[in-house]
Amino acid sequence: MAKSSLLKSSIAKKVAMALSGLFLILFLAQHFFINSTSVFSPDTFNEISHFMGNNPLVQFVIQPVLIIGVIFHFIMGIVLDFQNKSARPIKYVKNNGAASSSWASRNMIITGLVVLAFMFLHFYDFWVPEMVYKYVDVKPLDETRYFGELQHKFVDPIRTAIYCVSFVLLSLHLWHGFNSSFQSVGFNNKYSRSLHKLGYAFAIVVPVGFIFIALFHHFNH
Amino acid sequence: MKLTLKIWRQANAKAEGKIVEYPLDGIEEDMSFLEMLDVLNEGLIEKGDLPVSFDHDCREGICGSCSLYINGEAHGPDRRVPTCQLHMRMFKDGDTIFIEPFRAKAFPVIKDLVVDRSAFDRIQHAGGFVSVNTSGKPTDANAILIPKHDADRAFDAATCIGCGACVASCKNSSAMLFVSAKVSQYALLPQGKVEAADRVMNMVAQMDAEGFGNCTNTGACEVECPKGISLENIARMNREYLSASLKG
Repeated sequence: MAKSSLLKSSIAKKVAMALSGLFLILFLAQHFFINSTSVFSPDTFNEISHFMGNNPLVQFVIQPVLIIGVIFHFIMGIVLDFQNKSARPIKYVKNNGAASSSWASRNMIITGLVVLAFMFLHFYDFWVPEMVYKYVDVKPLDETRYFGELQHKFVDPIRTAIYCVSFVLLSLHLWHGFNSSFQSVGFNNKYSRSLHKLGYAFAIVVPVGFIFIALFHHFNH
Repeated sequence: MKLTLKIWRQANAKAEGKIVEYPLDGIEEDMSFLEMLDVLNEGLIEKGDLPVSFDHDCREGICGSCSLYINGEAHGPDRRVPTCQLHMRMFKDGDTIFIEPFRAKAFPVIKDLVVDRSAFDRIQHAGGFVSVNTSGKPTDANAILIPKHDADRAFDAATCIGCGACVASCKNSSAMLFVSAKVSQYALLPQGKVEAADRVMNMVAQMDAEGFGNCTNTGACEVECPKGISLENIARMNREYLSASLKG
């Protein structure tokens, strides 16, 4: 088989989805770690945020890779969902999907699209102002501004509520996505049961942690 | 038992189908599901109506001929049994039962509840075999030592009867469980390793060409499979495929 057909195969697409998903999970873990410092130490949060916002490696290598990863994961997910739906042109009159699979596994496209919509809001809230600050207005470096900007965003109860609901959907996406990624890359062995537990823990702890951080800053601004 | 059946009727592959309701009385709970359909068909024939077409052959859970999507599940509500081994005791008096054909673009309806599953045959022809002639002497096979664990897993994979319940129950109409079982049963054995790379590449290419959807690991196939084929086989096929791809 030619290498070109590898890129079109269903397994290659599934592995690409899995690897981009695992990459985003890693990103999410570090994002959660940084955000959690805002609860304990505003100075530490400012320090790390300043580093992340001004380090050339982060800004010009990791950040573009991340954005490409996000775009790839979402476009691929939408394309695959379209292909999968077209594989059954006539639907069942009665279908009991809940008898054999979880809601989260059957509705990754819904939870994924909500997370995508949330990311637009999140970029509008934090990434766009940051780009304007640094590259349009070209304001002077200020290592102490990040914590205040973070708190300011969570003053609005509606925005805070949108964030919290989005994190619930993120949790459902991770509930299936984390373990599914390992299955897709061929990891299914005696360690899988332990890995599943880790995946479920990650799917709960990280989104619930993000909800706690959002509510913490809403009630403590 | 008194039942209301809602059955998909379709005159031929090109005709438009619809659900038709049939009241049915006198069903005993010890009957198999297919025997219940036999009773229905006898009644229809007596009335001069066309009987409902459905696939069946051995009625012993071995051949993989029977299909049917019953009340929203492939092979109905029981577990680890195909439709021919499903019994009416799984239903209650007064129940309404929806009976539909397995649905997938790659499994077009031929008539009523009968679907064309020859896509599975073409996948099998693409690589689901070992190109070695055997002499028929049992000593030959026994001369190659195979770890018990591998032999058991190969046998488990080989119990796939190719009924298509995996495709029918997958929300994406993916055939990965079937193909992975066929890939695994050979990949685990020394006799199958020689052609393992070509086999997995060719079978996956054929699977994709047939128009099956992509696997998203919902696990529905494993739950609905009458033979309990494990998702472990899909992970193995993914490994085999990646390994074969990287080797070129």
